[in-house]
Amino acid sequence: MLGSGADRLRADVNRLLAFLFHQGILDEQFLQLQQLQDESSPNFVSQVVNIYFQESEKLLRNLRSLLMERKLSDYKNIGIHINQLMGSSSSIGAKRVRNVCVAFRAASDQNNRTGCLRVLEVLEHDYCFLKNKLHELFQIEQQRILAGGVGYPMQN
Amino acid sequence: MDKGLPAKREITFETELFGSKTFLIYVEPVFSKAGETIGINYMGMDITDQVRKRERMIKIREEIAVQKAKETELNRTIHITEETMRAKQMLATMSHEIRSPLSGVVSMAEILATTKLDREQRQLLNVMLSSGDLVLQLINDILDLSKVESGVMKLEATKFRPREVVKHVLQTAAASLQKILTLEGNVADDVPIEVIGDVLRIRQILTNLISNAIKFTHEGKVGVKLYVVPEPPFAKEGSQHGSDGSTANQTTTNVPKEETCTSTSQTSSDQRGFHGKKHEGSCQNRSQSEPGTPVMNGKIDVTEEQAELPETTVWIRCDVYDTGIGIPENALPTLFKKYMQVSADHARKYGGTGLGLAICKQLVELMGGRLTVSSRVHCGSTFTFILPYKVSLSCDHSDDSDDPDDLSDMDDHGDSDDDATNGFFQFQPRTLGSLFSSNGSSRTQKLLAHNIGHVNSHKINGFSENYCSFPTSNGQAKEMDLVEDACSVAEALEISSEPECSFSHSPDHDSESAICRGRRHHNDVNGENKVSSIDVSTYSETSREVDVKVKISEPQLPAERQGRSDSGSQSTLNTSQEVSNSISKPKILLVEDNKINVLVTQSMMKQLGHTIDVVNNGVQAVRAVQCRSYDLVLMDVCMPVMDGLQATRLIRSFEETGNWDAAAKAGIERPSPSSDSLQPDCTPPKHIPIIAMTANALSESAEECFANGMDSFVSKPVTFQKLKECLEQYLP
Repeated sequence: MLGSGADRLRADVNRLLAFLFHQGILDEQFLQLQQLQDESSPNFVSQVVNIYFQESEKLLRNLRSLLMERKLSDYKNIGIHINQLMGSSSSIGAKRVRNVCVAFRAASDQNNRTGCLRVLEVLEHDYCFLKNKLHELFQIEQQRILAGGVGYPMQN
Repeated sequence: MDKGLPAKREITFETELFGSKTFLIYVEPVFSKAGETIGINYMGMDITDQVRKRERMIKIREEIAVQKAKETELNRTIHITEETMRAKQMLATMSHEIRSPLSGVVSMAEILATTKLDREQRQLLNVMLSSGDLVLQLINDILDLSKVESGVMKLEATKFRPREVVKHVLQTAAASLQKILTLEGNVADDVPIEVIGDVLRIRQILTNLISNAIKFTHEGKVGVKLYVVPEPPFAKEGSQHGSDGSTANQTTTNVPKEETCTSTSQTSSDQRGFHGKKHEGSCQNRSQSEPGTPVMNGKIDVTEEQAELPETTVWIRCDVYDTGIGIPENALPTLFKKYMQVSADHARKYGGTGLGLAICKQLVELMGGRLTVSSRVHCGSTFTFILPYKVSLSCDHSDDSDDPDDLSDMDDHGDSDDDATNGFFQFQPRTLGSLFSSNGSSRTQKLLAHNIGHVNSHKINGFSENYCSFPTSNGQAKEMDLVEDACSVAEALEISSEPECSFSHSPDHDSESAICRGRRHHNDVNGENKVSSIDVSTYSETSREVDVKVKISEPQLPAERQGRSDSGSQSTLNTSQEVSNSISKPKILLVEDNKINVLVTQSMMKQLGHTIDVVNNGVQAVRAVQCRSYDLVLMDVCMPVMDGLQATRLIRSFEETGNWDAAAKAGIERPSPSSDSLQPDCTPPKHIPIIAMTANALSESAEECFANGMDSFVSKPVTFQKLKECLEQYLP
């Protein structure tokens, strides 16, 4: 028997997802991820996203330290990092982060250090926002499962 | 003196006469009436003995303390052991108690399953049943283990037929097989028809090993091989079996462990060649009547003795092999320990309790044998156990042919063949329960057995007839003639499947080259046992059977091959394609460095029903293509070390030139050709579809991709739709 708690939580999840999609934070690729979650891998989405977080934070740290170097000349390396971040972000549907990466790459292609730093700030901010929202999403989802709701993926 | 106080001290002097002596010296200052120090009183006492005694006392006390500590430890250990024993006992008892009501529940559930239920109820019931079964299995395992350990297990000694046991176990496994795997069983000819042993336990061990093999193998095959070996060194048996020194090297105990990956019935053909010589004990009594048989000469005296004995012991070795995920070296030592799985990931992914192997090992050792394993990661594993079986000599008349040179004799046997002597089984996926006709397989069996030095095989005769008429041009018509006989030989050869490529590029038809080779080898046949090397693997390749190791000994397959090579007469091309495709899964390589992308893509592929290989840069990609033949490559463009464009260039250069020089120039060494190599130098490497995975879908990248030899591209992020389209387009 689905408790009304589970129903409410499911509504919360839906609302949050709708918000994220609407704001352009996530895109359809995230739905693809959800489709990969089933009985054989019931935590697929959170697993992949967590790995994404680990990798991305590494990349962001490196990017910051690269850009903070007194004599910055290794734009190639920066480009590689950006590509990595862009690739993984697009794979999980993190649309906004990915778009910022595109801007980042443009600045880095022009060897524009100030521009890069500015974009990096935006990137870090957006990434944190994404991470928080996704954590929130997983939390609600977790609660919903505990409350006895049917788990992912939500078959619409 | 300074302090004005008396003092005592022990001083040790070395004396010449008495050795080391210790004196207690007491010195005391003497004061005058006025308080001045005017002198000292000096006293000495010999306390050497006391000192010695004192030291001894100390030593003794130390020893006592140590002893006491040891005792406490020991007591503690005893205590723990007792507790453990009690706990085990309780566990066994409890398990036993649990078992009855639990089987009650399961039985009720089974009965319920036969009543009328709606869909939802039936689903729930199925879950109940499978869970219940699992728990019962677990309990039985626990009980078995404790029984074996406590030494209460009594072994049976019943007569049974090894071939039937193998067949039944495989049949059962095949019936519940959920994956596309080939199951095979291979019992050597010299294994007696009936042996005496504990059939229940042996079946249990076999079932356990086979289900493990199936569990950890996702593609390829799982098989059982049974053959006789000479008494192994660990056995303490007496020498009544004679030192089989002469035959020792002929047994397949020297099967190299690497052969888990290659065709294993190659070795069975070796064995069969020697089958005339390996009659361990089983028919030694009969050799008396055939003094002509070569090897028995040295043993006449021994066998005379044995004629008196009612039974003798034969050591049979059983290999359970698979082409599964393999076991890493560091996990091997703990494999047989209880509750151990290869890793926590394994446990999570594959389930199981870790009891199975421990039970098997205990049982095998209880029966006087040994259980060992050899494995290669990603290649496969082989679990081997050797057990002694008693054979009652009165009952195996019909199994061994004592005269291997008599072909016609065996033919007769073959025609009236029944399961008793049939030693070869194979279960293809999707043909569950269909045992291949004993006809086909035993015919093959005999062919192999008598390939050695048998020119008179009428099958090969047929070959020679057409030999003269074989032209050098693309004789498609000629293939018709040869095929009839090539078929049956092909069967045999398929089994031995040793791609021997002594030809350079064969121009057009692959099957033509096979026949060329066949012709060449026919010349050799007269003296050697090389018939088996006629390479039908090229047939395989043209029929898109990527995995040569998959053996197809269907009787109807040769007919299809016939159609395949002879497009004129029959058009069963499609069927042969189907057959090969239903057996081999397409091999897909993913070249991608980004972890997330790998995860997502791999998951998607899994949902689409494919398992893929993953490498992380261009160099690894080239190496992978060098080692294995892929049906499709998904190549990321931007990668460290070597990018996708260059890797594609190198692969295309190989396809065009047939060699890996360009790769070598780029610094990638060609791995030494192994028998796994599926690309014989004589066939032009086939074009592998390479799909680029581009991060930006700009048109210039697309052009670049095409310019470098890629067939197509998908833009990231990768979605189901894109993958599906790709697969549909590029996989047949």
